Amino acid sequence: MKKKYIFIFSCLCVLLLLAFLFGLSMGSYSIGPSEILSTLFGNGSKMQNIAIFNIRLPRICVAIAVGFALSCSGSILQTITKNDLAEPGIIGINAGAAFAVVVLISYGGANYYSVLGNLALFLMPFVAITGALLAAFLIYGLSYRRGISPVRLILVGIGVNAGVNAFVTLYQLNMSKGDYNQALTWISGSLWGSSWKYFYLIAPIVLVFFGLTLYKNRILDVMDLGDEIATGLGVNVEKEQSWLLFYAVVLAAVATAVAGNIAFLGLLGPHIAKQLVGPVHRRKIPIAGLISAIIIVVADTVSKNLFSPLEIPVGITISILGVPYFIYLMMRTKQ
Amino acid sequence: MNKKSVVFAAVLSVTALIGLVLAVSVGAKTIPLKTVFDSIFHYEEVLDMQLVRDGRLPRAICTALVGGFLGITGAMMQGVTRNPIAEPSIMGISQGATLAVAILSASQTLYGLLGNSLAALLGAFISGMFVLLFSMQNAANMNISRLVLAGTALSTFFISLASMIAILTNKSQNLAFWVTGGFRTANWNSVWLALIVGGTCCILALTLSKRINVVNLGEDVAIGLGENPVRVRTYTLLLIIPICAVCVSIAGNIAFVGLIVPHIVRKLIGSDYRYILPLSFLLGADLLIWADIAARMVNQPYETPIGLFTSILGVPFFLYLVRKERG
Repeated sequence: MKKKYIFIFSCLCVLLLLAFLFGLSMGSYSIGPSEILSTLFGNGSKMQNIAIFNIRLPRICVAIAVGFALSCSGSILQTITKNDLAEPGIIGINAGAAFAVVVLISYGGANYYSVLGNLALFLMPFVAITGALLAAFLIYGLSYRRGISPVRLILVGIGVNAGVNAFVTLYQLNMSKGDYNQALTWISGSLWGSSWKYFYLIAPIVLVFFGLTLYKNRILDVMDLGDEIATGLGVNVEKEQSWLLFYAVVLAAVATAVAGNIAFLGLLGPHIAKQLVGPVHRRKIPIAGLISAIIIVVADTVSKNLFSPLEIPVGITISILGVPYFIYLMMRTKQ
Repeated sequence: MNKKSVVFAAVLSVTALIGLVLAVSVGAKTIPLKTVFDSIFHYEEVLDMQLVRDGRLPRAICTALVGGFLGITGAMMQGVTRNPIAEPSIMGISQGATLAVAILSASQTLYGLLGNSLAALLGAFISGMFVLLFSMQNAANMNISRLVLAGTALSTFFISLASMIAILTNKSQNLAFWVTGGFRTANWNSVWLALIVGGTCCILALTLSKRINVVNLGEDVAIGLGENPVRVRTYTLLLIIPICAVCVSIAGNIAFVGLIVPHIVRKLIGSDYRYILPLSFLLGADLLIWADIAARMVNQPYETPIGLFTSILGVPFFLYLVRKERG
């Protein structure tokens, strides 16, 4: 098992590296692989330097952070709700964060967050976390009825998602036409305009909570066995559940703060990882993170270049990929 | 027909009529009631009367018809699937129709009402088939969570594709209109379309109502009573699909009406679908007439998408239903 894990892990790292180079080279100004390497080591022309260091590299780094955050959040949610189909985008946590950020953007008085002041930018992850936490509380509270039933949690989540999205739309209507279109793009999930600032802002948070989740990997494993057994093995289920839910919410919120509402990414990574290395969280979570990161980097590069100069929000590309897989999962779990 | 249903029907018809008259007379420009009646019975070429005749009257009739259709399709779906959350917009049929409209509107030459309706029909047909295949496999597929999850996934898929097309063809605001719904573009053509296609299907649905009653008793009982549940379900879905298509082509995607309406009707008059279907039509019509008045009045002279009102009403209702269900 250990050997297989290391093999898969290194394969995925290589794939991520390839995706990374692919993302760096493709664009309205394409750069060959050898030129990328020389630019990375500081020998590029001015144009190459700008394209890579100011535009593409930060965007890819943000994408990788978002991929890790969402897949980790999805893994946690799938374990604590005991439902393979749980995912922060579907159950309304992302929508809560998105709503809070839309409110912040329009109150910031700015057109879009490329011109958002530094203070608002700094506040953004925290506002997103607050919004996501509120949504999570709402979902948790509404589905609490003599304990939490996993099915009810998801259904309530879908309902809350619809409700929050209705409010986002209502809010958007008060924006001007240009803002409206950009907010729409952002809500569908887009990495457009990512800069180093976003990366510095979210990378530490993602790193810390990813680490915390990994630290709890044994508790997650035990929870897979069911609440009774977990209690019997000495886990304080309610308490651990709330902490883990908190981690999941924070991770989803920071990802949403910079990349908008990307659904299904938190579903794809963990599921593929589970098939590759099994359900043990110590192995599953890092692999899932890598897979989601590869998916989002490739999907972003594709949605940026396929219809160039127009750009499709990466969230849409991922949904189009993710839904057939989701339906397949549903059909399969029927037996 | 029992007394309760008669009273209920009478109340609904009266409020619908009041709503219709009000819908024609109020708006960004208030038109006195007398002019409203004159423009129907003694028409002259005056601005107000033209406004009534070509703008507000067809729109009001469309809201009533579409509301009624949404109510009746919700009731039909809930009847044959025995699932309290079944509704065309939750199950992804309306979004499929939206996608088809988006694809079609990308091409200039095909654009127009007839084109829209045909595209919506095709889209609703395809997504309806998806739902049909998915829900026909076995009765286990009918449990709420699977249905809702599958519906959510399908809706996301269709809307994602539709947004992609809209972004590529620079039509995202048109699409936003289809997604949230509204009656801005309603005219007499839409009224005729709704009356002919939707009306026919609704009448056919009423003839099915007895058989829906039997299926609603449960799979085994229905078979015991000599009814083939699969066949009734297929007929019902085949009727629902064109009705949905008409609704989407006129008003875009208006969510949750088909969810709320049948529940209220069932609470009030019991579970006989011979009465539930027509009363759902009336209540749905009522709901949308008044919601459309609200949509035009809340932030006038701008129009708020009507789908927002139905969502804001519908989400708490959905949550209530989910909580009631044993997890």
